[in-house]
Amino acid sequence: MLKSKMFKRLLTACFGLFLLAGMSLALTLNGAGATFPYPIYSKWIYEYNKETGVQINYQSIGSGGGISQFTAGTVDFGASDAPMTNSEIAKVGGNVLHVPTVMGAVAISYNLPGVSELKLDADVLADIFLGKIKKWNDATIVALNPGVKLPEDDILVAHRSDGSGTTSIFSSYLAKVSSDWASQVGAGKALSWPAGVGGKGNEGVTGIIKVNKGAIGYIELSYAMSNNLPVIALKNRAGKFVKPTIASTSSAAAGAMKKMPADFRVDITNAAGVNSYPISGLTWILVQKQQRNAEKGKVLVDFLTWSLTTGQKFAEPLLYAPLPDSLQAKVLAAVKSVNY
Amino acid sequence: MMQIMMQRTGDAWFRTITFLFALSIPVLLLLLVIILLGQAMPSISHSGVGFIFSSSWDPVKELFGALPYIYGTLISSLIALIIAVPLGLGAALYLAEVSRSKFKEYLAVMIELLAAIPSIIYGLWGIFVLGPWLANYVQPALRSVLGFLPIFQGPASGLSMFSGGVILAIMILPTIAAISREVFQSVPNILKESALALGATRWETIKLAVFGPARSGIMGAIILGLGRALGETMAVTMVIGNRPQISASIFAPAYTLASVIANEFAEASSGVYVSALVELGLVLLFVTLIVNGLARLLIWKTVGKSNTL
Repeated sequence: MLKSKMFKRLLTACFGLFLLAGMSLALTLNGAGATFPYPIYSKWIYEYNKETGVQINYQSIGSGGGISQFTAGTVDFGASDAPMTNSEIAKVGGNVLHVPTVMGAVAISYNLPGVSELKLDADVLADIFLGKIKKWNDATIVALNPGVKLPEDDILVAHRSDGSGTTSIFSSYLAKVSSDWASQVGAGKALSWPAGVGGKGNEGVTGIIKVNKGAIGYIELSYAMSNNLPVIALKNRAGKFVKPTIASTSSAAAGAMKKMPADFRVDITNAAGVNSYPISGLTWILVQKQQRNAEKGKVLVDFLTWSLTTGQKFAEPLLYAPLPDSLQAKVLAAVKSVNY
Repeated sequence: MMQIMMQRTGDAWFRTITFLFALSIPVLLLLLVIILLGQAMPSISHSGVGFIFSSSWDPVKELFGALPYIYGTLISSLIALIIAVPLGLGAALYLAEVSRSKFKEYLAVMIELLAAIPSIIYGLWGIFVLGPWLANYVQPALRSVLGFLPIFQGPASGLSMFSGGVILAIMILPTIAAISREVFQSVPNILKESALALGATRWETIKLAVFGPARSGIMGAIILGLGRALGETMAVTMVIGNRPQISASIFAPAYTLASVIANEFAEASSGVYVSALVELGLVLLFVTLIVNGLARLLIWKTVGKSNTL
């Protein structure tokens, strides 16, 4: 008797849950894609939900997965660290708007006890990652760092072993500045590396740098900062040595504004500007220009507008660079043009 | 009469149902192969046989060769077996035959606990603790004693085939130890008593009356361990260096089939690239099947000669 009562109660509770789920279903947006902006996106989703009650789910499955799910139409929005290629855009019939949300920088970190400041230029950086420069006291590195005592240690190059937007930004910078890199390696999310060892994820590369004396590797700025790893000051296009910071990343986007295309598919590596850090990148949310569902489209546009205005203040504490004002205005206008 | 009929139809039903359950395993395997083959087709026509024999893997230029990954998978598993089999069997033997103390109960539980540690934990421990320790102490020692062999030459590194093999050995050790302990314990006491009665020493008893009958069970334990080693992904990828190369030295970085699939699948976008990764999965499946087949063959050969459980 007692059992059947409990069973009934359970049934009622289940039914109630189903009802609740059904009610919120109407206002749920689903998104999937890049892992790099996941912390800021989940912060935005949380804050936006507090303000409006809208439920948004974001699965950080990787940029490639984000693009393919967006193309298949299984999500309401996609997200990617690399813009869709022309052939990928053709697959969705051109019905896509790239919305830049925040920016990040790729820091070059190293492990040389006693060396806290190190400067490199593009050619030397490319030669290190090509495996041509093998020792830390190589004449080219010494010439850039007068007064710094460099050890005779071997250089251990650490790179990402998993396909990654970080690798894509880093390699497209090197391909721009070094013809050797462009012809031998090229740019992409996964490469055939001429030198070094691979670590899985930012945490893997960070781990390799931390435990191996003489290691050098590229990681997202937030990982270098939270692990207190030294970062290299890189010579930018204006000839100034700049360390990766939130300000120098935003400056890179501002420097790239002149040649900003209307669809925002832009590579902001090696950007102009005295204070621009050369290995910076945008990350995008992918939405359909012509929304299929009016109700969802309205909510999505509202969420994007909120993220690009109110939401930008959450970027800096999470070590992302907010969009510069000039770019923000253009992106907001583009978001407004979405039809639903 | 009626009752017997009932029993017979019941038996028939039972037989059919259990047969269907058993059938689900080969059917699953078949479906897996069909799906993998279908998805790998674009890559098979893109790379041909060169996929298995080529060593360059360059997604940018769409060149795909699996040889360094196959090599890395086989050699890292072999290193794991060389370390884990003697250790695992020794531990099992102590627990099942040698020890009389209560302590062995706790030890047995600990072995099973080792098996339950998630592989990412092993991986992170490997990158921060085991790798540097191997590079600073074990590899220099090996090189100074056995350095005349090419496999122990080259600079020491925490990110190497050797580190990958050692971490795999640690991971398959509990599997081998736990199963062979069960096998040793299931050897009938009468066999051991007979051996002792004939005046055999303890070692002779173990050799004749335990190892002999338990041989096929031990092989089963090793095969299960090997299966885990071949397919292990996370822990290996953290310490093996992820470099697709075939190097004579086990101190050099390498790469395995399972690792490259896990590393590159999420961000692979172009059709041929994804398909090449699926074909790697197919290759891994066949490598596992072939290695398992060879191991079974070995058992049948040895089992045929002796009386076993």
